[in-house]
Amino acid sequence: MTFGRGLRALSIASAVLIPGAFALVFFYAPNDADQGFVQKIFYLHVPMAIVTLCGFVAGGVYGIKHLRSGDRAHDLRSYVAIHMSLILGVGVLATGSIWARASWGHWWVWDEPTLVSFLIVFLLYACYQPLRFSIEDPERQARYASVFAIVAGAFVPLNFLAVRMAESLSHPRVLSTTGGAMPGDMRITFLVALVGMACLFVTLCKYELASKAASMQLRALKRRLAGDDGLVPLNRSAAPQQL
Amino acid sequence: MTGTVAALIRKDLQLERRAFESVPAMLMFSISIFVLFHFGLDRGALAGDLAAGVLWVTLLLAAVLGMNRLFVAERDQGGFDGFLMAPVDRTALFVAKAIVLFSFLVAVELVAVPAFVVLLLDPSPGQAMPELLAVLVLADAGIAVVGTLIGALGVQTRARDLIIPLIALPLLVPVVIAAAEATAPLLAAQGAEPFPARWLAVLALYDAVFGLLAYAVFDFLLEE
Repeated sequence: MTFGRGLRALSIASAVLIPGAFALVFFYAPNDADQGFVQKIFYLHVPMAIVTLCGFVAGGVYGIKHLRSGDRAHDLRSYVAIHMSLILGVGVLATGSIWARASWGHWWVWDEPTLVSFLIVFLLYACYQPLRFSIEDPERQARYASVFAIVAGAFVPLNFLAVRMAESLSHPRVLSTTGGAMPGDMRITFLVALVGMACLFVTLCKYELASKAASMQLRALKRRLAGDDGLVPLNRSAAPQQL
Repeated sequence: MTGTVAALIRKDLQLERRAFESVPAMLMFSISIFVLFHFGLDRGALAGDLAAGVLWVTLLLAAVLGMNRLFVAERDQGGFDGFLMAPVDRTALFVAKAIVLFSFLVAVELVAVPAFVVLLLDPSPGQAMPELLAVLVLADAGIAVVGTLIGALGVQTRARDLIIPLIALPLLVPVVIAAAEATAPLLAAQGAEPFPARWLAVLALYDAVFGLLAYAVFDFLLEE
């Protein structure tokens, strides 16, 4: 198993890029003319949201790979991508809420399509772990989880389209074609923060993959040494426990 | 494949005709929800977007009951095994079940929508009937496709009654948005207003995307 390949380089890159991005945010990027200092949460909130959504879609892509090849390593990748995205998703909702409170005066704003779509997507993916947990047979668990990951991955863009059409367009659409209004130094800061967040996400995913693969290998070695009797039986788990 | 689909549909409709497991329950549930909304909102009559919202939330919750029951007989009485042993295309089960769920929804709406008009709606949607029918058909198709897929996904889990609504409801949010936005002007207090066709396009897009997707992945829910 080579899940750990490139882990050192990625860890160093994240360790440089994330503090570097924060240094740029605080010392280089100018304060926003309308919103002032609080607008700087944008450099955390938006990259995190983009990475989370990409992670959800990546979970779907690995789901397709798993169903096509039957290789359970892809199921493990799909699980880890969705798991990490869920954790980052909590951060997105929290930072989005703080930003909404600071700039619009309410913790939650319903006529803001991006926040609402994100909540719906998050609620859907929050069922991923319960779904896995309630299927005992590991082979079926992997298969059903992949089906869920594919359907939910396709749902992400469609949901954003529907919610955006329904609501007024009050959310700052930084990445649309009109987003060219962002001045150069803000754009550089944003891009560094985005790359840093993507690096961090991939690094964390790789750590989880390497850790899961290591415990699977350890279990296989124990079985070889002690035979099936010497093994503690596995608890039910939402995570894949063997390949 | 047409023959297989027809046979499966016939089986399910006969089962429903003899045992009355889904449609009456869905219908009673919808009417109870209308009564609940009447007291919950404390209104004698609704119109416009409030009426559209009440109608679609109720129909969606009733549809979840149908999804929960859709594959129970297959699992409990070995229908899946029997089907897998037969030398037929597996996707036939998906097509048949989606059509069955669609017809259950139509059967429920034949009574529930007039009941809604009588009980809660203030202006009668008489002249907007064709548009309302188009929205109902497109939304039912979306609910049937997603409901069949999630029903098959959830029926094999331990917590079936929990998993199916928890997954299906967020997935069906776009249907509720599009259907409610399209229905709201039809039910406006001062008579039906011009009809926003783009919401029909969103519903059709949703049906097409999830129809194809479910058709592609359904086989993997059946393998043994």
